[in-house]
Amino acid sequence: MKMYEHQAKDVFRKYGIPLAQGGVATTPEEAARIAGELNKPVVIKAQVLAGGRGKAGAVKFADTPEEAKQVASEILSMDVKGMKVEKVLVEEKLDIASEIYVGITVDRVKRMALVIASAVGGMNIEEVAASTPDKIVRHYINPAHGLYDFECRNIAKRIGLSEKQMNTTARIISALYRIYEDYDVELTEINPLAILSDGSVMAVDARLNVDDNALFRHPELREQASAGMDELSPLERRAKESGLVYVELDGDVGIIGNGAGLVMATLDVVQLFGGSPANFCDLGGGASPETTAEAIELVLSNPKVKVLFINVLAGITRCDEVAIGMLKTMEKVQAKTPMVVRMIGTNEEEGRRILTGAGIDVMDAMEPAAKRVVELLGGA
Amino acid sequence: MSILLHENARLIVQGITGYQGQFHTHQMKEYGTEVVAGVTPGKSGMDVEGVPVYDTVEEAMQEHDANTSIIFVPAPFAKDAGIESLEEGLDPVIVITEGLPVRDEIGLVNYAKEKGAHVIGPNTPGVISAGKSKAGIMPSHIFKPGSIGIVSRSGTLTYEIAADISNIGLGQTTCLGIGGDPVTGLNFIEVLEMFENDPETEAIIMIGEIGGSAEEDAAEYIKEHVTKPVAAFIAGRTAPPGKRMGHAGAIVAGDAGTAQAKIDALNAADVQVGSTPEEVAKIIKEQA
Repeated sequence: MKMYEHQAKDVFRKYGIPLAQGGVATTPEEAARIAGELNKPVVIKAQVLAGGRGKAGAVKFADTPEEAKQVASEILSMDVKGMKVEKVLVEEKLDIASEIYVGITVDRVKRMALVIASAVGGMNIEEVAASTPDKIVRHYINPAHGLYDFECRNIAKRIGLSEKQMNTTARIISALYRIYEDYDVELTEINPLAILSDGSVMAVDARLNVDDNALFRHPELREQASAGMDELSPLERRAKESGLVYVELDGDVGIIGNGAGLVMATLDVVQLFGGSPANFCDLGGGASPETTAEAIELVLSNPKVKVLFINVLAGITRCDEVAIGMLKTMEKVQAKTPMVVRMIGTNEEEGRRILTGAGIDVMDAMEPAAKRVVELLGGA
Repeated sequence: MSILLHENARLIVQGITGYQGQFHTHQMKEYGTEVVAGVTPGKSGMDVEGVPVYDTVEEAMQEHDANTSIIFVPAPFAKDAGIESLEEGLDPVIVITEGLPVRDEIGLVNYAKEKGAHVIGPNTPGVISAGKSKAGIMPSHIFKPGSIGIVSRSGTLTYEIAADISNIGLGQTTCLGIGGDPVTGLNFIEVLEMFENDPETEAIIMIGEIGGSAEEDAAEYIKEHVTKPVAAFIAGRTAPPGKRMGHAGAIVAGDAGTAQAKIDALNAADVQVGSTPEEVAKIIKEQA
């Protein structure tokens, strides 16, 4: 779950990370009011879950409340990388002398969280890592004892800071670590963390992604989590609500399977034989008839789908449950879409019996089934 | 010989009284696995499929000489269950459960390292040593005793390739899923090392997918340390970047973790990558 910049900053503020003064506006008038209260030049930033807002022209400056109203009005009607701008963050413009980077993320290979810091801030950190890897400091967080304050000071020194800035930055890194623990963070970063011309340190941008698998223990975030679903298309959102994993693609072969790896492989094989997948849809393990029916309805509600390919190799899933779900939906949806079903595994005899009884042909091997799908496309 | 799970495996099933716990205890027993006890807090005294249930792993270990644990406990409690078993000296600890928070996975797998024990998973179908023992949820009838070792990030895709292996006249030594999450217990390299040292395993199949760098790292390891033939399949060639394809770990971030990068790395290590699951079986048959 990705937080908007202003939400991430609300969290940062709670943990004592220095931030610019400002407020969220949903109308140009509100933006003007905030600018008036701040009584200084402001920066107006689109609140969308996309990177590269600056380049997209979604971050602009304004010297007066009147200008702020105008700028906010422009940004609030923008579409940034497919996302509508509904809010802007209006903040005092800072006098920035230099920019650094600090963040915490998880290293899958080392199976640990780590702090990443760099004297080069304000740029895409992956580009910095690629072009000047020696400018990146990585410090792994020992899972047994967490991140000590002295380790944060070591990191701050390693990126060239000294005295007061070193201390403040160390405290900010420590705060990020506490946020990582408290919020089950997948990624949190401050890019840039600015050193102002008066020597003070301030977080200019804020990113906070919460591990979706941890949301069960953050009930207060659930509302935010559903609000942040604007990255998803309407069908993808509907799928998420039903507990299915569904990703929309561009083609005309609807695909449903059990298990992410198998479904990905099904997409790959269909494409290999000349078909074009319309979607990825994973029933997950042990799908009920209701989940199966919902998945079929979902996939078939995409008008681009010309043929439906259901590929089930049942382990924890049961073929009979899937078959019952298919029949449920056939009744409901009256699907005229040609379908190819491949089904083997747990309770396969029962599952086949149910389907062949309803006049549905069941294949047992994946490649021939995929080839049949592509043949049907020719006729569809 | 097999790896990790042998004829002498004696299982404790944590979460045995739940829907999945019960169903799979039955299936594992049918396969011939020695399931000695189950644990569900509050249900001591019950029995599931003739297996006695206890409140705690400590209690179960007082009565039974178990050496392996399989966990069906829901995600919010799975880390606790895993640590409980590791504390009692069980090894391996197999975490079937999907959806553990990454922070919990980090705590669990690092504790296992401290104990010198192995966590398999989370989000894994488990382990099967064909003809010997099954600690997992895979459909048993597709596996046949043989000489091919299989290691995978996937669940059902693993069964697909195992079935192709059996259909082509070969069989498996041990087949295991390391799990689909970003942070796992055993990784590809650790399992490849075990297969390389297992006298019964003659060839190895690696099943990977997009996201992360596990396959690239494995390719480096294979170049230096694996002498047995290895074939691979990489799922997700058609996946668009930035979209999570089901598994928490299956996401292409920027340029990293693409299927092509993995295929190239494996080819450079003399590992052929099949373009379909069936093709992988054919490749290994030629090489084994």
